[in-house]
Amino acid sequence: MAGTERHYVSTTNACKLCKPIGACLAFRGIEGAVPFLHGSQGCATYMRRYIISHFREPMDIASSALSEKHAVFGGGPNLKQGLKNVITKYGAGIIGIATTCLTETIGDDVPGIIREFCQEEKDLFSNDTGPLLVNASTPSYSGTHMEGFHEAVKAMVGQVATRNGAAEDVNLLPGFVSPADIRYLKEILEDFKVSGTVLPDISETLDGQALLDYEKIPSGGTPISGIKTMGSARATIEFGRTLMGEHTAGELLSTRHGVFLSQVGVPIGIRESDEFFSAMETISDKKIHQKHEQERGRLIDAYVDAHKYIFGKRAIVFGEEDLVVGLTSLLSEIGVIPVLCASGGKSGHFGECVKAVTKGITDAPIVRDGADFFDIASEAKSLKPDLLVGHSKGYSLSRKLNIPLIRVGFPIHDRIGAQRILHVGYRGAQSLLDRIVNAVIERKQDVSPVGYTYV
Amino acid sequence: MTMETSSAVIFEERQDQIFRKGEQPFDLACNKESLAGAISQRACVFCGSRVVLYPIADALHLVHGPIGCAVYTWDIRGALSTGPELHRLSFSTDLQEKDVIFGGEKKLYRALTELIDMHHPKAAFVYSTCIVGIIGDDLEAVCKKVGKEKAIPVIPVQAEGFNGNKRAGYEAACKALFRLVGTGDIDGISPYSLNIMGDFNLAGEIWIVRSYFERMGIQVVANITGDGRVDSIRQAHGAALNLVQCSGSTMELAGLMEEAYDIPHIRVSYCGLEDMAESLYAVARFFKNPEIMKRTQRLIKEELSILYPRLREFRKALSGKKAAIYVGGAFKAFSMIKTLKFLDMKVVLVGSQTGTKEDYQELEEITDDGTIIVDDTNPLELCTFIKEKDVDIFIGGVKERPIAYKMGVGFCDHNHERKEALEGFVGILNLAQEIYNTVMSPVWRFVPRRAAEGVKNGRDRETLCVHNQRLQAL
Repeated sequence: MAGTERHYVSTTNACKLCKPIGACLAFRGIEGAVPFLHGSQGCATYMRRYIISHFREPMDIASSALSEKHAVFGGGPNLKQGLKNVITKYGAGIIGIATTCLTETIGDDVPGIIREFCQEEKDLFSNDTGPLLVNASTPSYSGTHMEGFHEAVKAMVGQVATRNGAAEDVNLLPGFVSPADIRYLKEILEDFKVSGTVLPDISETLDGQALLDYEKIPSGGTPISGIKTMGSARATIEFGRTLMGEHTAGELLSTRHGVFLSQVGVPIGIRESDEFFSAMETISDKKIHQKHEQERGRLIDAYVDAHKYIFGKRAIVFGEEDLVVGLTSLLSEIGVIPVLCASGGKSGHFGECVKAVTKGITDAPIVRDGADFFDIASEAKSLKPDLLVGHSKGYSLSRKLNIPLIRVGFPIHDRIGAQRILHVGYRGAQSLLDRIVNAVIERKQDVSPVGYTYV
Repeated sequence: MTMETSSAVIFEERQDQIFRKGEQPFDLACNKESLAGAISQRACVFCGSRVVLYPIADALHLVHGPIGCAVYTWDIRGALSTGPELHRLSFSTDLQEKDVIFGGEKKLYRALTELIDMHHPKAAFVYSTCIVGIIGDDLEAVCKKVGKEKAIPVIPVQAEGFNGNKRAGYEAACKALFRLVGTGDIDGISPYSLNIMGDFNLAGEIWIVRSYFERMGIQVVANITGDGRVDSIRQAHGAALNLVQCSGSTMELAGLMEEAYDIPHIRVSYCGLEDMAESLYAVARFFKNPEIMKRTQRLIKEELSILYPRLREFRKALSGKKAAIYVGGAFKAFSMIKTLKFLDMKVVLVGSQTGTKEDYQELEEITDDGTIIVDDTNPLELCTFIKEKDVDIFIGGVKERPIAYKMGVGFCDHNHERKEALEGFVGILNLAQEIYNTVMSPVWRFVPRRAAEGVKNGRDRETLCVHNQRLQAL
């Protein structure tokens, strides 16, 4: 059923975002970076607002703020002036430049303009640590925010990573997961006694502390020095089943620098987490730390405690393709039937990935890629779902169907704490399980005429 | 990386967009293009047009472009409707690479046709975006064709993002609206009638204002555009008066209507005590009807008698607190300053994204010495000013919120995403309550900025000593 053509030409209530916002999010996870959009001012402002409302953190995105004359004569001069301003006023260690539909269509040669800029403004690049300029091509008319995210990560690796210097042991490319997820992943690396470069690392930059002085550029993020040596790491672990076989950052490190690549799904649920931990065991040549073994044991215990409350419940899962694949894997292993897996993304691999994680455990769900919420709502009518699992834009559907929405991923614009939601690993599965089961119990309790206080 | 001195963070090119009252004669540059690389809080032409037209609830709003422009404006404002809610859906042609290469007109035609068939709107607005301006789709022609086939007004909104700033978007929206005005039947409209313009019914505000006019015995013909309806906008030329709120978002339309239909306009504000009352009086004076004036006086008296005792309570608590205001249009700031002064608060910073020279002149007149007045600012500057002025509360939009919070400053949302009605007499109470809720919260004693003066970190040596002493005493 995967990849069925949509009936409609128009898109209603999209289940995806545009490419440049993904690039900005990825660049925000680099130490000392300022994300920079080459396009009109509105793009940067809209995206800032969208990101701020999720993370509840400052999110500065610079813009070349093109006007009509630049659209006609080219945006080069504004891009250069913008870069100069960001370098001098923000003291950026790196600027992540993403294009937009406007500048891609007028045909600005961004790498060329950057080269010229470096020539013309030699003073700005006087020392070794002088700002790096990394550019990613992210026209919003091709692909979603996830393609933009991966494009930016690939640009970082492609334009910064080398084989020189003492490398960290492992490169971890987690994709777009939450700050809490990243903090946990770093803890796992530590527990395996491996040093690692996690790219990007939004654990502090998008979940910071209360401050006395405003930081022009938030602390934290992947150190540039770490990215520079990624080419000589022992291995790369890259999350995302739909990325397998694609030209990704991990693949680039493998082909260009010969770094061993281990691709696993986003580790959500026991099986996908097992895959990740065993990859870690192989790479580190160490057994899993007892702490994580115990967490796995408690998770299984919790699966058992919970199973009857949720068995046979029907779920619609939506959001980014790789996130949906992971969530579907989790749902199927706890006895919830994923009846529809939908994404606005269109990698071409969504269907097969969903099939791979549900095979042998539950019936293959209906899969819709390139879907919007109009499609999801139409499909939902006959599916009789008990719950929705996805981001907050599914709220109106949840309200209409009067079923709970378990909020995961991005964006979550109607709750607090989105940056602290844990999705990955045994710990993430534990937290998701508790939330899913409690949502089901709560609904049952609410609609019960008895009002049980003991469930 | 911490904040440097203010001179270090103010771009040289922006020096003339910042003014400190009392230091020199007033002069402030504005209406300039945003500086590249400075992180402007501004939006784009498309945004401006969306702001104005979005609340028309029974129209189809189709964004012709790649998905971003539609998705970032999907149901982000609490522009409420008493009936249809078509405006809360986000429609896009979701242009793909092949559309960009071969042109998007066919896709637009098919999308429009299918959406109109599906939703039966009273009219359709089709917004162009950056890319449409570049690939040169003939929006006008497609709209005309579909309009004829479907027998509803299908109106292009020329809102290429790069083609100016938000104000240009307001104008594009006004031009689009003007195509609707004058196409409806105006029989039976009272000579005591008006259109409410530049109010978007956030949190139900237009309902509050409408109820005042009804109590005064005045007919409201069209809401432009909060809780707006296509049919009433088509009749808008039947009204005797246009009331224009907001910083010029609908000024252009008022001008066009004045020219074409000889309808005068009054600029009003429904925010704040003085401005709300004065707006109602201005309307009453306009109609030169003693009955209306009497009713207006009675209304205001009633409302104030409820308001005053409660405001006095807030005043006691908020007296002397320092406020910063940064808004989209400067007009909103005028009312805000007056209200804050009434609450005995001090306005130490005021600015806007799109204010005009006249706006800033007026701001200069109503603010105290030392107040910073700023045009099209950015996070770096805002932080410098917040620190310098030791601000207690920041009033602004969602982009300013995390800046304020990060620095441990209270915040009140006065932008399009607000969920509390801040207009009308009741709105003043709501505003005071909102300010009170943030300023008086105990959380600030823990933020680093205030910790030094108040509560120490619980693990500090001194605090530990106290603990130990207590333990020993037990």
